[in-house]
Amino acid sequence: MINVQALTKYYDDFCAVDQISLKISKGEILGLLGPNGAGKTTTLRMLTGFLKPTSGNIHVKNFSIEENSLEIKKLMGYLPESAPLYHEMLVFDYLTYIANIRELNADQRNKRINDLADLCGIREVMHKPIGELSKGYNQRVGLAHAMMNDPEILVLDEPTSGLDPNQRVEIREIIRRISKKKTIILSTHILSEAEATCNRIAIINKGKIIADDKTEALKKSEGGEYFIHAALKNTSLQKVKKELESINEIVKIEKENDGNKVLHVKMTCRTDRDLREDIYRKVKETDWVLLELYQEAKTLENIFRELTKENE
Amino acid sequence: MRQVKHICAREFISYFISPIAYIVISIFLLITGWFFFSPFFLSNQAALRAFFLLLPITFSFVVPAVTMRLLSEEINVGTYETLLTLPVTFRDVLLGKFLAATAFTAAMLIPTLAYPFFISFLGDMDWGPVAGGYIGAVLLGAAFSSIGLFASSLTRNQIIAFIIGMAICFFLTLIDKMLFFFPSSIVGLLQYIAAGYHFENISKGIIDSRDILYFLSLCFLGLYGSHLILKKKY
Repeated sequence: MINVQALTKYYDDFCAVDQISLKISKGEILGLLGPNGAGKTTTLRMLTGFLKPTSGNIHVKNFSIEENSLEIKKLMGYLPESAPLYHEMLVFDYLTYIANIRELNADQRNKRINDLADLCGIREVMHKPIGELSKGYNQRVGLAHAMMNDPEILVLDEPTSGLDPNQRVEIREIIRRISKKKTIILSTHILSEAEATCNRIAIINKGKIIADDKTEALKKSEGGEYFIHAALKNTSLQKVKKELESINEIVKIEKENDGNKVLHVKMTCRTDRDLREDIYRKVKETDWVLLELYQEAKTLENIFRELTKENE
Repeated sequence: MRQVKHICAREFISYFISPIAYIVISIFLLITGWFFFSPFFLSNQAALRAFFLLLPITFSFVVPAVTMRLLSEEINVGTYETLLTLPVTFRDVLLGKFLAATAFTAAMLIPTLAYPFFISFLGDMDWGPVAGGYIGAVLLGAAFSSIGLFASSLTRNQIIAFIIGMAICFFLTLIDKMLFFFPSSIVGLLQYIAAGYHFENISKGIIDSRDILYFLSLCFLGLYGSHLILKKKY
């Protein structure tokens, strides 16, 4: 569906995006993940035809962005970062304007605006000026704007930035609702969000893609670390360290807190094997009391930190 | 091309949503009304000559005030990005905005139609120069709008856009009043580029294709210049 080849963008001598190549197939929800200034927004802006690449190619279906940018724009809906919309216009007027530009006729237009009002939950603000909306509503109007032509490809630049947790969940819910029939590309620096919404994640750092895989595969990637948390009674950190460090795969044991004579420890494990069994056996040999033992699945956060740190 | 219509309509309506339109129109009417009517009865002539003589100068700062926000505001707020990722071209955007500004300057002239209407009761009015004057005024408004649009494409700061636009418009208006400072070899050229000179011709009631061509080419230059700037920036 979308084929990006060796995409590069220079701002004067600063290289914002460096030889990015991506193939995005139909129905995928791709999360572009990266720290601030990694080149996410620049990539999306080139993808939507707003910025011209310094070099490289973008093909959407059979259209090339250089020659058929108008056709590509017709296929795409784009929500820029923080959804800049005309503040003085009423929501309804604004959506009508977008529908007109998108060349919907009067019947289609009314029906579409009606549908979007429900889908994005903006019916109650339809007749308010955009400038008076809260950030959450502003973002939803932006989403409605992007989906006006029922686009095959939806590009969202940090759709949840600056929203409170409830609003974030709502936006995520909307994205999930529409994701069944569409190809979605969204950028974010909130990892849990990418994890929750995307089925494929590309991590960008300093203009380069440093990881690109299915969300599940990325989480399971080898050579990583995971944590085991334990709550123990009748022991001390020294004793725990002495006893458990005999398991080679445990690289670090830290005290989390000890209230009420219960010692909480966090063990960093570097292996693919589940170490809980080994730990249980060790504890059984002593007179400690084991209250809790659970494994923390490897989060994207860890992967993200590992990957972006290496390049520092 | 259908997008031009929608962009133009949106721009034109947005003038009247914000207070800008009402402020600019009031100031324009106050200034032209005062300077036209205070010596009007002394001259003892039922003509609009004094009004049209003054128009290029008032337009030189009123029109850039109308056009200063056209692109600067969009670039500053970021709506420019939403606009350009819709299926529109630079040409649609620029033409739409230019036409909206021109329509606004024309709308600004409508209340002044009361002058010729009431003055015609006072004496025998020659309608030729009045018609010519209004045609010239719309052409002048269009030319200055395209210059203002160009100034607005240069910067994200509306004040700077206003000052640049005003400087160019004042230059074009006043240059033919200062011809005696220049060597005779370039006087002809300077006179040709002076908007004041061409406007005066039309407002005398002589509608010459050369003058019309002059204003149309100013419009084209302004639009083409903004097109180049936008293309270079984005």
